[in-house]
Amino acid sequence: MRWLWIDRIVDHEPNKRLVAIKNVSLAEEHLHDYIVDGQVVMPASLLIEGMAQTAGILVGTTSHFKEKVILAKITKASFDSEVTAGDTVRYDATIDRIDDAGAATSGAVDRRVAGGEAWERIGRIELMFSHIDNNMAGTEFPEHNFVFSDNFQMILDAAGLGDYVCRQDA
Amino acid sequence: MNRDDIFSKIQEVLDDALGVDEDEVTPNASLTADLGAESIDFLDIVFRIEKTFDVKISQGELFPENLADNDDWVADGKLTDAGLEMLKGRMAHVDFAVFEGGDRSIAKLGDAITVDSLVNFVEIKLAG
Repeated sequence: MRWLWIDRIVDHEPNKRLVAIKNVSLAEEHLHDYIVDGQVVMPASLLIEGMAQTAGILVGTTSHFKEKVILAKITKASFDSEVTAGDTVRYDATIDRIDDAGAATSGAVDRRVAGGEAWERIGRIELMFSHIDNNMAGTEFPEHNFVFSDNFQMILDAAGLGDYVCRQDA
Repeated sequence: MNRDDIFSKIQEVLDDALGVDEDEVTPNASLTADLGAESIDFLDIVFRIEKTFDVKISQGELFPENLADNDDWVADGKLTDAGLEMLKGRMAHVDFAVFEGGDRSIAKLGDAITVDSLVNFVEIKLAG
């Protein structure tokens, strides 16, 4: 089971943009190891992973998940505020450029505090993804797409995007 | 756009892509040996040059790719005469002098690509 850092896809513009949310919970044990000013916080590295999963799925949909999409570079990541238990995080990812070799994405991280209604922008993340089968000359990878495993299918199905995976066998 | 303007914009591209200071980006600085570029950075640089200069760059046009797949070009990890001639023909923006009569290991190919190579490339590309 892969560790998922998004709960739900809430918006998708094909080949362009994907938006996902995550509800942060005290049931996540890792939070208890990160305390700032007496408050548990979600580590920035996991916020980056959430964006990587959001943007990675977006890049994957463009090839109907035929390509193995691997996070290759965190170009930039900056955060202005912390995220804590009870908050909801929103990852809004956009493809800046994509070709056979890989993709560049940029995106915003927004936070809605517990009990609040307004979204507040708290970070920006730029990433690079590699289509590894096209970039690792001489290196062979398993034929099946190990990047987008079954639990990603669950998230795609919940968002009505399940067909994107099925089409790879069409 | 003159060569100085291109160089200045390439400095910004490499500052953003590699996180290096602009004063490190000298004309003779090697992207790999001096500025620490890795394979994925080359893709990043291609994307940024396309955006900055509004040009379209095909895969393998700016940086050589998958050379080792061709036995005529690479033998025992070294560039053959045919491989070197092919590179010179396809990549006029790179100075391959380092390979003339010396170590032709393709591992050193990245070292031959300098900041000047990128400026040359853009200059040729903009000249159309």
